Amino acid sequence: MNLKALAYELRRDTVDLIRAGKAGHIGGDMSVMEILVELYFRQMNISPENMDSPERDLFVLSKGHSVEAYYSVLAKKGFFTKEQLHKEFSKYGSRFIGHPNNKLPGIEMNSGSLGHGLPVCVGMAKAGKMDHRSYRVYTVMGDGELAEGSVWEGAMAASHYKLDNLCAVVDRNRLQISGGTEEVMAHDDLHERFNSFGWHVIDVADGNDVDQLHAAFEEAKTVKGKPTVLIANTVKGKGSPVMENKAGWHHKVPSDEEYAQICIDLAKAEEVALVNGARDTNDVARANCEARANDVMKANEAARMNANEEVYA
Amino acid sequence: MAKTANKQMICEVLMEAAKTDKDIVALCSDSRGSGSFTPFADAYPEQFVETGIAEQNLVSIAAGLAKCGKKAYAVSPACFLSTRSYEQCKIDAAYSNTNVKLIGISGGVSYGALGMSHHSAQDVAAMSAIPNMRVYIPSDHLQTRELVRALLKDEKPAYIRVGRNAVDPVYEEGNVPFAMDKATFVAKGEDAAIIACGEMVGPAKAAAKLLEKEGIRATVLDMYCVKPLDEAAIVEAATHAKAVVTVEEHAPFGGLGSMVAQVVCRECPKKVFNMTLPDAPVVTGTSKEVFDTYGLNAEGIAAKVKEALEIA
Repeated sequence: MNLKALAYELRRDTVDLIRAGKAGHIGGDMSVMEILVELYFRQMNISPENMDSPERDLFVLSKGHSVEAYYSVLAKKGFFTKEQLHKEFSKYGSRFIGHPNNKLPGIEMNSGSLGHGLPVCVGMAKAGKMDHRSYRVYTVMGDGELAEGSVWEGAMAASHYKLDNLCAVVDRNRLQISGGTEEVMAHDDLHERFNSFGWHVIDVADGNDVDQLHAAFEEAKTVKGKPTVLIANTVKGKGSPVMENKAGWHHKVPSDEEYAQICIDLAKAEEVALVNGARDTNDVARANCEARANDVMKANEAARMNANEEVYA
Repeated sequence: MAKTANKQMICEVLMEAAKTDKDIVALCSDSRGSGSFTPFADAYPEQFVETGIAEQNLVSIAAGLAKCGKKAYAVSPACFLSTRSYEQCKIDAAYSNTNVKLIGISGGVSYGALGMSHHSAQDVAAMSAIPNMRVYIPSDHLQTRELVRALLKDEKPAYIRVGRNAVDPVYEEGNVPFAMDKATFVAKGEDAAIIACGEMVGPAKAAAKLLEKEGIRATVLDMYCVKPLDEAAIVEAATHAKAVVTVEEHAPFGGLGSMVAQVVCRECPKKVFNMTLPDAPVVTGTSKEVFDTYGLNAEGIAAKVKEALEIA
């Protein structure tokens, strides 16, 4: 599976979902996408079939506001259908609310209030150690979230109990709702902070590159006697210059014009990923890739025309 | 009969169950001594988790353990457990529906002269307001034993508040009427109804005996199950009573008294008199001295019942 292309496909799904629900934390959805894609499609032993298995890997989206990206990933993974998701998200009486909700298949714990995911995962990882199970536990936190004191209570306990089956990821997009993280509450010495709490720390230079993330997660699996944190340097709003690195896109629904441009940008990026992916594969795979790339461009053109019609109607 | 603190009984029941159930896990926040859980920690180190002085973490870790099949008993002073970790109780235990039993030790004014920081006079109101959170306040160690045995059989979150000190038993060994989520009638009389919970049930029972000497017959209802509240028992106790008096070790708002008043007002309207701690930091002193100051003793309750009957 071409995970680089998949990340852009799911970004398009996520933007569509936000338009359908008329709400969403779009900036963080875009920054976290490769982290979720790498976890759900290459790292974790999780599927709709094994959700009742005590050996499954466990995941908690601590930055619960990135739920639109999470829902899109879970739909692609088969936990529910994309059609159902897009029809019900944020609607009256829906289970698809604006933060993760464990009444939905595939979601372990409710989140939304920040600073809960890591401590909960400490409990999950501790249970794994008690029962001598081989599963791993993953959580993704936002960088602004790290101002919550409970994160550091959890960090302390994770190293105290030598939870090497626990891997946390910081989606380090450097922006939060009020502006830059360093202006709001500085924590640029994040590597040293986690290190001093007894964690193995991996800096991922480009946290929107699944290959770099893959290498980091693989390294984490080899670490013994301590938990690992990936500081994934990402771009908030990744995928379109309309959104990228703009704090105002923390929570926003794109206008028709913005949506048209975002669709073009995401489709182009997906096409590049598909064509690049084809270079390393055989002719049949390349033909499939190119056909897929054409489909993407056609879909994009249709979306753009549709948006234009809405704008000029 | 020898006195046993309710918290000690919780530890004993869990230790008994832990002999055969390896999924029982006790967690403490540097509170194993004050919670009487040192014997559990010593006997079952593999089933004990110390979180240090970090009550928020205590509850979240308990929820994570429970999600993975553990029966998590988080033991911490009620004052910290109920308000410092309130959000973790709300989200990680109740909202995520994990099998976490929150054991609030040294509840109410158990810590006496240590001051308002160590008193939990808001916990019942706070915990009861959380959807999917049950609230239990057992009256003596025998009822505590029955309650914890019952709680071991379910997989839902609950908050259990117990006091620090051993109190005189309300019940007798071999004769402990108990049904889960059903209040216990300690005495029955048609003149007045006294509805109490926790450490106030003992004085309420004693008050009924004092009143009996004066020819006043009172029902005493042990409402250990504050949530889900046994409304049918309240109606049964209150319908024919001329006055209803509630007694609790809690602030005047949102506790047992408020809840009973809601039910009586709707089902069998009459005056309800609430005996509570004041809406103020309590006087410095031992639990007994605090109770005596605010009339939360047998004589005070009896006097309140007579006052209520005169007004009613």
